[in-house]
Amino acid sequence: MYRIESEEYQISQQPYYAPQGNEIELFESAYQNCIPVLLKGPTGCGKSRFMEYMAWRLGRSLVTVACHDDLTASDLVGRYLIVGGETQWVDGPLTRAVRIGGICYLDEIVEARKDTTVVIHPLADDRRVLPIDKTGELLYASDHFNLTISYNPGYQSVLKDLKQSTRQRFLSLEFDYPNEILEQSIIVHESGIDPGNAAALVRFAIMTRNLKGSGLEEGASTRLLIHAAKLMVYGVAPLDACNACISQTLTDDPEILTAIQEMASSLF
Amino acid sequence: MADRINYASGRVNQPLAEFEIRERLEDLLGAVLTSRRTAAEPALKLSHLHRSEQDFALHWTGVISKSNSEMAFQFVSHVTHAFSLLDTDGVTQWIIEAMDIYDRDGLYLGSAALRGVEVFAEKLVQKQYSVTFNDVVTVMNKFAIGVSGRHLGIDEDKKAWTDTETMYLPHSVRQFESSRRNFELYKAMVGFMLAQSRFGTFRVDQATGVPIVCTKIADYRDPARALRIFEAVEEHRLLARLEAELPGLARQMRTLKQDASSGQQITSEFPEFEQVQDSGATVNDSLSVVKQLYDKKVNFPEPACYQGVIDLERVRLVTRQRVEKEREKFRTDLALLAEGVQDESVLDREGLKRETYEVSYSQDMESDSQGDGELTVTIEGQPVAPPEDMVQTAKSIVQDFGEIPEDYLVPAETGLYDAGQSTEDRPEKEVGKFEDGVFYDEWDYRRCHYRKNWCVLKELEMHPGSAQTVTAILDKYFHLVRDIRKSFEALRGDERMLRRQKNGDDIDIDAVVDSYVDVVKGEELSERLFIKSRKMERNLAVVFMVDVSGSTKGWINEAERESLVLLSEALETLGDRYAIYGFSGMTRKRCEVYRIKTFEEPYNHHVKARMAGMKPQDYTRMGVVIRHLTEKLKRIDAKTRVLITISDGKPDDYDGYRGEYGIEDTRQALLEAKHAGIHPFCVTIDTHAHEYLPHMYGHVNYTVVSDIRKLPLKVSDIYRKLTT
Repeated sequence: MYRIESEEYQISQQPYYAPQGNEIELFESAYQNCIPVLLKGPTGCGKSRFMEYMAWRLGRSLVTVACHDDLTASDLVGRYLIVGGETQWVDGPLTRAVRIGGICYLDEIVEARKDTTVVIHPLADDRRVLPIDKTGELLYASDHFNLTISYNPGYQSVLKDLKQSTRQRFLSLEFDYPNEILEQSIIVHESGIDPGNAAALVRFAIMTRNLKGSGLEEGASTRLLIHAAKLMVYGVAPLDACNACISQTLTDDPEILTAIQEMASSLF
Repeated sequence: MADRINYASGRVNQPLAEFEIRERLEDLLGAVLTSRRTAAEPALKLSHLHRSEQDFALHWTGVISKSNSEMAFQFVSHVTHAFSLLDTDGVTQWIIEAMDIYDRDGLYLGSAALRGVEVFAEKLVQKQYSVTFNDVVTVMNKFAIGVSGRHLGIDEDKKAWTDTETMYLPHSVRQFESSRRNFELYKAMVGFMLAQSRFGTFRVDQATGVPIVCTKIADYRDPARALRIFEAVEEHRLLARLEAELPGLARQMRTLKQDASSGQQITSEFPEFEQVQDSGATVNDSLSVVKQLYDKKVNFPEPACYQGVIDLERVRLVTRQRVEKEREKFRTDLALLAEGVQDESVLDREGLKRETYEVSYSQDMESDSQGDGELTVTIEGQPVAPPEDMVQTAKSIVQDFGEIPEDYLVPAETGLYDAGQSTEDRPEKEVGKFEDGVFYDEWDYRRCHYRKNWCVLKELEMHPGSAQTVTAILDKYFHLVRDIRKSFEALRGDERMLRRQKNGDDIDIDAVVDSYVDVVKGEELSERLFIKSRKMERNLAVVFMVDVSGSTKGWINEAERESLVLLSEALETLGDRYAIYGFSGMTRKRCEVYRIKTFEEPYNHHVKARMAGMKPQDYTRMGVVIRHLTEKLKRIDAKTRVLITISDGKPDDYDGYRGEYGIEDTRQALLEAKHAGIHPFCVTIDTHAHEYLPHMYGHVNYTVVSDIRKLPLKVSDIYRKLTT
């Protein structure tokens, strides 16, 4: 059997995470009570960072899977490979997380194929088992294992929706962009920019978020702000940094782009 | 000019000498030259130009002299001056325009046009650099929404001014000799008006409900003079405030102001202005400065180029109306919120007791009353999430008053908010007469239950128009149709590999490995070892519900028709099943749905004719139509079923189906659709849609297309995004 090195999934250094509310306590309670967790929220607001932080805090390994539309159940569970004329079973990330009693984080779960629910459902209710049909194994998750999935409710696609039968197995934590002061301090911490410019970046982000639904699908995320701040610290002019990291990233529509660029030039 | 001559001196083509030019001109213009009117003077002037310009001038002199020699003489006399004002393209335009005038109006006006080269040059520059309202309206709209977080209207007028709800901008701006600067001037105008509303220029007096400035200015003996002083002081204060919040914009505004006054020193400053430089200065500080300055015999600086005008009378009127409306709305919202939380026993007859709830509006950071805070409502110690439109109202109220006044915190009495809706008194039996229609229930939010068989709906065929119209639309959007087809083909061409097939184009390595494993384990060899690629069936059914109420008359109706044509092209490419219905009606007894295309019908010329025949009808009773189309969709066997509404506004019907009642019934109908496994979605062109659509459709299930001309382009785009 393939040996699992659980150390490679361990997070050794404390990741920076500034809590927005009581999400840390809630997650901890869910973890201690073996309840799976669903993280909702727009892109770039700190969901993945939160998972790293929680894994570090709880001292568990973290296995992250970025889901895409060709991700099948066997990609999660594992498959046989042939090695020197012999077959060898290789665990998928989900199986690995169950075996080592870590936290498995399925990012953007709605992107994955529908057949993944087959393996998620039995793991996410009180059975807490992972059936591996190819090996005939029934893997019981220890109390240390936790399944967390994330999804962005803001996508306007009727095909990408989380079914009730899936949702109703999870404790849900809602994430949003942090409030102004917190977001400012996050940017300062992550990029080393001065607070004045950080505040201007945050105001810029709020302006773009105001445009959500009026031409933008999504406002500027905290992640984008950190990118821009890093460039500014590196010596790029603020307007260029904002244009490259934020305005151009958000949209291709020339008129909205002009409006966003004008907002930036109003601030800097 | 100077650099051009220097530049020319290095050329191989040496400029022609004066005598050479004179000879050529005499040849060309002989007919109009006399002993006193010689070619000497023009020739002398031309000799200073460089060669390419000389050639240009001589060439055109020849061309013009073929039409009229006098015109040619006038031309050659002024062409040197023209070159000092315009580039070659400009000079060509000047010639062409003058010749047009000559052809049309004769020699007198034609030669006048040639002499008027200066006027022409000025006009050309303005035309080149001027920026018009239409150029900027979309960008400025988004800019204003982004900066303020509110949906303020933008409209066109003679000057820049605001009535506190709509910002008016001039038709065109041509103050600067660069379109970029003129664009910036528009931006500065919008920025200044946003600053007026953000920093409380029109702050309302709580006692009177009228902006403080209106009352104070009217008290002066010469209100016009007081207003002029106020404008000057206020400009100072707002710029100082902007400096702190939007330093980039403030910088741009200062530069514009400086340049517009063409370098003159504009700091005819008064020491009193210092009092409003403080970052916490309010409109009251400005007014007290006005008082100090009013009696001084001094001239005040000209208003800045972006400043616009203040119309106190309009401001007073609009503010008063809004204050009244919002006060009622806020109190009603509060009452509704309280009702939702409290159980019957607590809610006594007189409504809610003041002690039992608390409303607070917290401000973030050090900001003072700028409408950035957060509205929190606590009822009996329970925090309650206020609905989005209530938060918007609160924001607007705080912009007016700087806080939420005490008397707003008294919830409206129960029953107040359904005043004016008189649907109660209609006898329900009456409906029985309409036997050929289908009956539907309607949701009454006040009673919290359905009115049985309340609406009668008839399904009619849309009166056909000429299918030619559709062909014309297809021609008009020829390129777009091609693009749409292409992008939808890409969707359709989403080929999937089907693994583990009994036969197929390729060997499935995974399957072979697996079966190898099976064989090693001593199990049976699987037959399914191939990969087959096959088009995925989308298995999607969609109904389009198109608003053909009276309000869609004109542009909107046209845009809807064009949208449907483009969409049908797209859907035909894609192979999704779709149906299109128009809807309108008048009162609950005459709700009508017009068939344009059913699911079964192919996209043929009958359908096209019906699209062409789409005409605006009466009112918008949406709930019953949603229920009817939900029934239709339910009968279709598809994995995903979508109901897309294309509309221009709120639900609205003659017999009280408006306001809350209409919205709540529509919401209920949409919830029913969702329960039936149908995804509702709304595309609207109503820019106020943010106030009610989230409540009806949910936060992500609608899109506002603010520019109606873009509707045809957007609808297909939205559909594509929605279904991938």
